[in-house]
Amino acid sequence: MAVYFQKREIVVPGQLLAEGRYRPSYGTYADREGKVFSAVVGLAELRGNTVKVVALEGVYTPREGDLVIGKITQVVGNNWRVDIGGPYGASLHANNALRRPYKDDISYYMDIGDVIVAEVSTFDRVTGPFLSMKGRGLRKLEGGMILHVSPAKVPRIIGRRGSMINMIKDTLGIQTVVAQNGRIWVRAKNIPTIRLAIKAFRMIEDQAHTSNLTDRVKNMLEEELANLEDETENEEDNEEEKMEDNEE
Amino acid sequence: MGDYSAETISHIDRDYIADLLKRGERVDGRKFDMYRPLEIELNPVAAKAEGSAIVRLGGTTVIAGVKVLVGEPYSDNPNEGVVMVTAELAPIASPLFELGPPRENAIELARVVDRGVRESETIDVKQLCIEEGKRVYMVFADVYTLEYDGNLIDASSMAVNAALLTTEYDEMKVEDKDVVATGKKLKLPVQNMAIEHTVSKIGDHIVIDPVLKEEFVQDCRLTMAIDDSEKFTALQKGGGSGPMPMSQIDEAMDIALARSKEIRKAIRDAVASGSE
Amino acid sequence: MSPDDKPDNLINAEGLRVDGRRPDELRPVEMKVGVLKQADGSASIRQGNTYILAAVYGPRELHPRHLTLNDRAYLRVVYRMATFSVPDRKRPAPSRREREISMVIANALEPALFLEEFPRAVVDVFIQVIQADGGTRCASINAASLALADAGIPMRTLVPSVAVGKAQGTLLLDLGDAEDKYGEGDIPLATLPPQDDITLLQQDGHFTKEELLEAIEMGVTACKYMHELQKEALKQAYAKRRPADDAEVDDEDDDDYEDDLETDLGESDLEEE
Repeated sequence: MAVYFQKREIVVPGQLLAEGRYRPSYGTYADREGKVFSAVVGLAELRGNTVKVVALEGVYTPREGDLVIGKITQVVGNNWRVDIGGPYGASLHANNALRRPYKDDISYYMDIGDVIVAEVSTFDRVTGPFLSMKGRGLRKLEGGMILHVSPAKVPRIIGRRGSMINMIKDTLGIQTVVAQNGRIWVRAKNIPTIRLAIKAFRMIEDQAHTSNLTDRVKNMLEEELANLEDETENEEDNEEEKMEDNEE
Repeated sequence: MGDYSAETISHIDRDYIADLLKRGERVDGRKFDMYRPLEIELNPVAAKAEGSAIVRLGGTTVIAGVKVLVGEPYSDNPNEGVVMVTAELAPIASPLFELGPPRENAIELARVVDRGVRESETIDVKQLCIEEGKRVYMVFADVYTLEYDGNLIDASSMAVNAALLTTEYDEMKVEDKDVVATGKKLKLPVQNMAIEHTVSKIGDHIVIDPVLKEEFVQDCRLTMAIDDSEKFTALQKGGGSGPMPMSQIDEAMDIALARSKEIRKAIRDAVASGSE
Repeated sequence: MSPDDKPDNLINAEGLRVDGRRPDELRPVEMKVGVLKQADGSASIRQGNTYILAAVYGPRELHPRHLTLNDRAYLRVVYRMATFSVPDRKRPAPSRREREISMVIANALEPALFLEEFPRAVVDVFIQVIQADGGTRCASINAASLALADAGIPMRTLVPSVAVGKAQGTLLLDLGDAEDKYGEGDIPLATLPPQDDITLLQQDGHFTKEELLEAIEMGVTACKYMHELQKEALKQAYAKRRPADDAEVDDEDDDDYEDDLETDLGESDLEEE
């Protein structure tokens, strides 16, 4: 029985992590003798007897229950084809998005180029992924902008029980949806605030494997906000009126 | 490389960029008439190419390499050497570039960059003659895209010019029908330098050095080659079929003229400091 | 333009090579990870004057569809040389040599990859030779396996690769251009550490069986060293993203996150609206 890595050590594919009675979990594999190796670049973790490696990179692979932001690329009969990134194009059936009865031409509701928040309802090796929009918060997105980050960094952007994302939301007063496929929707009252949000997300992405990140991001945002305040005070008043007009 | 009218652009991306422009802003925070940071690395292929340069324009990176070979002149210009520019959208550079034979985009890039060099008579081809009608120098400048984040034409034009300015090749002579090296090194006879400047038309707005996101939503682009004497030596409207009013073309020309000085200086400075 | 002249001796009286190396000495190797921002993973390698970039895209949707494999991802490797990477200008169109090398590189890498995790998809490995000075297929494998790791493709191991050749009856590690051209043969190989099973093996020239076995052994030993360089390059690239001050190490548990996949459904947004 032996473990060959330090806590939070960056390990590389093929690196021997443990041997003896250890169980390989995601990001690892075991050989016939029960030695556990890393399969990816990432941070090695030991929980009880389980060894896993939290990947630091990688494209999006769907899992059932994932929240995703997708772009409609095609309307085929009663289905929308949705780009959710990663290796597999997704499908959304009208029954899983609309209340019946609905019009024959479903592009009336959502058309090519529209952006949606949906849930992955089914995915396996042979088919799918299939999406659903039945659920709280699942909807077509309006306004704002979409930022792309590495899907491997999403848990960090959300933080423990939403600590990171809620901090950013509260500090900046923005609306945002962080999806597991690495897309983040941000809507803010003005452009400087959007740019600050982008800066915060990029900072988390770059420093995802470092400690105490929430505090550092918060400090950065507060500092930048203080700088902004004087310059934008007047502008903000105008913007807020405009936003209200646009709400549906 | 600019015409993405066939790609599905999300409404959110399109509206976000349009909204920014309406407020005088761009996705990366630049002013409408500003280039991204420019870096020029000389002679990255020093051991095999006669001249080479890497140009990094923000997130776009291209490499140009020059080979100087000996060949036969064209029969209608027996005392002139040959200069040829090609460009390839190497698939390493972008998820958008596809495998297979060059498509229209790659062909347009190569032709537009080639035209910038040829029409401005960058190289005095008369000085590339070894023996009239028999042997001339043939100069090939080939561009490969390494990272694509918009505005490949300008980056490629800069890289080709920088590579041509750094080129050193063996002087050759004909001896008993064989071509042999004299042992002397020559620089290319660069007599004029035309740099290409591309603006993107997005709605009522004109921005220089578009990033990929801007190219995605542009109506069209206009490329202008401007030479040492501030003459226009080539134009190309492409990157989409959107029409462009005269007033915007006028504005685009002014922006390009103003910016051409700094780009030209950046290339000259890089080459000067590289040969010290 | 002027072809490299043939040296009188590839090995001098002191037993050193044209560039001053010992027979079992690699050229200086520099590998960097994450050099191309548009790619999902990337790496560069300089080995002597050889300079190569590798980019990985995917796993992503596969076009054309008829190449689809239902039980695993398709590994597509494209090795291309820049026209200016060689003494005479290479013609721009892909050559038969480039196609064959693409295939042997794919075969060298594939056993290391868990492609079964991505059925129906493609993993694209694009290799661009910027400057060729011998050993490009081996250097490509070294860089490509780093790019695959950088893209987060699950793999059993990195794949190191070197070439062993022969000149004047002496086995030489990592041939340069002149040794390749004027020597007596070349054996590129790649291994899967730690068992060191061989995934690339080619040979040209003239070797006895004993020479071949000795050459392969020399290559396998050199691959172990190359593998160390690869791991170092990869770790360095990722460690770089860590901020310099380590004063925060004490409070790491306050900021633990990796089990938490809780999602922001944007519900607070709806209330605001």
